[in-house]
Amino acid sequence: MGRYVVRRLLQMIPVFVGATLLIFLMVNVMGDPIAGLCGERACDPATAAQLKREFGLDKPLWQQYLTYMGDVFTGDFGTAFNGQPVTELMATAFPVTIRLTIVAILFEIVVGITLGVVTGLRRGRPIDTTVLVGTLVVISVPVFVTGLVLQILLGVEWQWIQPSVSPDAPFGELIVPGLVLASVSLAYVTRLTRTSIAENKRSDYVRTAIAKGLPRHRVITRHLLRNSLIPVVTFIGTDIGALMGGAIVTERIFNIHGVGYQLYQGILRQNTQTVVGFVTVLVLVFLVANLLVDLLYAVLDPRIRYA
Amino acid sequence: MPEQSDGVIAGTGMGGGMDLAASEAETLEKVPGGPLGTGPAGKPRSLWSDAWHDLRRNPVFLVSSLVILFLVVISLWPSLITSGSPLQCELAKSQQGSQPGAPFGYDGQGCNVYTRTVYGARTSVTVGVCATLGVTILGSVLGGLAGYYGGVWDSVLSRITDVFFAIPVVLGGLVLLSVVTSNTVWPVIGFMVLLGWPQISRIARGSVITSKQNDYVQAARALGASDSRILLRHIAPNAVAPVIVVATIALGTYISLEATLSYLGVGLKPPSVSWGIDISAASPYIRNAPHALLWPSGALAITVLAFIMLGDAVRDALDPKLR
Repeated sequence: MGRYVVRRLLQMIPVFVGATLLIFLMVNVMGDPIAGLCGERACDPATAAQLKREFGLDKPLWQQYLTYMGDVFTGDFGTAFNGQPVTELMATAFPVTIRLTIVAILFEIVVGITLGVVTGLRRGRPIDTTVLVGTLVVISVPVFVTGLVLQILLGVEWQWIQPSVSPDAPFGELIVPGLVLASVSLAYVTRLTRTSIAENKRSDYVRTAIAKGLPRHRVITRHLLRNSLIPVVTFIGTDIGALMGGAIVTERIFNIHGVGYQLYQGILRQNTQTVVGFVTVLVLVFLVANLLVDLLYAVLDPRIRYA
Repeated sequence: MPEQSDGVIAGTGMGGGMDLAASEAETLEKVPGGPLGTGPAGKPRSLWSDAWHDLRRNPVFLVSSLVILFLVVISLWPSLITSGSPLQCELAKSQQGSQPGAPFGYDGQGCNVYTRTVYGARTSVTVGVCATLGVTILGSVLGGLAGYYGGVWDSVLSRITDVFFAIPVVLGGLVLLSVVTSNTVWPVIGFMVLLGWPQISRIARGSVITSKQNDYVQAARALGASDSRILLRHIAPNAVAPVIVVATIALGTYISLEATLSYLGVGLKPPSVSWGIDISAASPYIRNAPHALLWPSGALAITVLAFIMLGDAVRDALDPKLR
C-alpha cells in the first residue's frame, strides 16, 4: 500500500507540472499580462516597459514559470494587479465554492445513487423508463439554460429561493445552485449506478446471498451496492475537479462570489496571477481527488490490494 | 488509474461513453447464436452490415438520424424554411409574441426568433462536425500509433493526456478564447480540437491494444505484412467502432460547449448568429419574453439529444459483445 501511494504521488508530479505549465503558457503567450493595467486604453510604451520590468515579465518564460512555481510552494501566489494578494482572494473564494461543490456531490450521492439503485432493480418498468428519459433530457439541456430557468421559476416567479446568493453564501442558499451544478453529473451517476446494479444483480455472489436466506435489504446494501459502487466512486471522484472548474457557469448565473467568479473576473481583466494561481490549486484538487479515489478502491473491493 | 475512469474526466459529460458501454453486458445472454449474426442465406455478415441490419429497425436511430438530417439540410439551405434574414431586426417589435411571419415571436432587439433559430443551426452543426472531425482524426492517429507501437512514446502520450484531463474544459476555453478577437467559428473549433483529442486518443489506444492481440493480426504479421498494412487493413476496421461511438456522443457535447462559451462571452460574439448568443441575450428579460430564450434552448437541447441518442443506437448495434 505504502509503495503504491508513493508511486502514485510520483506520477502526479509530471501531470502537475505539465498542466500548470500549459495554463501558464496559455495565459502568457496568448494574452498580454499587462494589458489590463492601464484601464481601457493600451499602456504607453515607457509605462509598459517599466511595468514589465517591475513584475519580471521581461525575463524568459521558463524563468518566469520557475520563479512562479518556487513562490507557489512557499505559499506566495503573488499579488493580483489591484494589490490584493491572490491568497486573500482564495481565502474568500474557495470556502464558497467548496460549499457549493459539497452540495453538488451530496446531490449526486443521495439522489443519483438512489435513483440508480431503484431503476437498476426495476429494469424495463415504467419508473425505469421515466428516469432514463429524464436523465437524457438533463444531459442534453445545457447547464446554463437549466440554471436560468430554475432561477426565474423558483427565485422570481414562485419566490421559493433567493434568485441571487448573498456574499456569505451559506449552505441554505446554495441548494438550488448546487443542484444545477450537479445536474449533468447527477444524470450520469444515475445511469452508471443503474447499469452497474443491473449487471451485478445476476452475479453468483448475489444469488448465493439470496440462497442462504439473507433479507433483501441486506443483500442489496451489503452485497450488491458495495460492488456496484466502484465505477460510481471513480466517476464522483474525478468529478470533484470538474465541478469546481465547471462552477464558472453556475456561479455566474446565481452571482456567487466563489472560485468561478474570481476566475471569470481574472480572465476578463487579464489578471494573470489570479488565473494561474486559481488554476494551479484546481489542478492540485483534481489530482488529489483522483488519488483518493484510487485508494478508496481497496476499501470497497477487497479483491484489490495494492502491493 | 484503472481503465474504468477513462473518458469520464473530460468534465463536459463525456462519462456517457463508459456507462453506456457497460449497459451492453447485461443483454449479452439474451442473444443466442454464435459470435456473428447470420444472414437469411446463412452466410456470416460482417460487423458493419450486421450493425446496419440492426440499426434499420431501431426507432431511436431512425428518429435521431431524421432530426440530424433535417438540421444538416437547414444549416446548408436555411432559406428553405425561412425567408427573412437573421440580422434584420426592428426595435419596434421588441419582445413581441408569436404572430404571422414570426411563429416564435421577437427578441429584445426585435429580431425574428424563428429566423435566428433556423440560422443558428448552421453554427452549431459546423462547430460540432468540424470539431469532431478534427478531434477524431488527431486523437485516433496519435492514440492508435501509441497503442500499436507502445514503448516510450506510449508513456509520453499517456502522461500528456493526463495533463489535458487535469484542466477543466470550460476554464481552458475561457483562458484561450478570451484573447481571440476573430469572430468566426474557427478559434472555437481549434480550441475544442486542442482540448478534446486526448479523450479520443485514450479510446483509440485502448481499442488498438485490444485488437493487436487478436490471432488474425498475429497471422498477418507471421505472413510478413508490413506495419502499415496491419494497422490499416486488420486493426483499424476493428478498432474504429468504439471511436465512432464516442465521437458521435462527443459531437453533441461540443455543440453544447459552443453555446456555453458563447453564453460566457468568449465563443462567438454578435453579429454572429448562434443559439448560445441568443440564449445569453435573452436571459436578462426572460420574464417578459420567455419565448426568446426557450426556442433557441429547445433547438439546442433537441440537437444535442439527437446526437447522444444516435451514438447510443450505433453503440448498441456495433458492440461485439452483443453478437
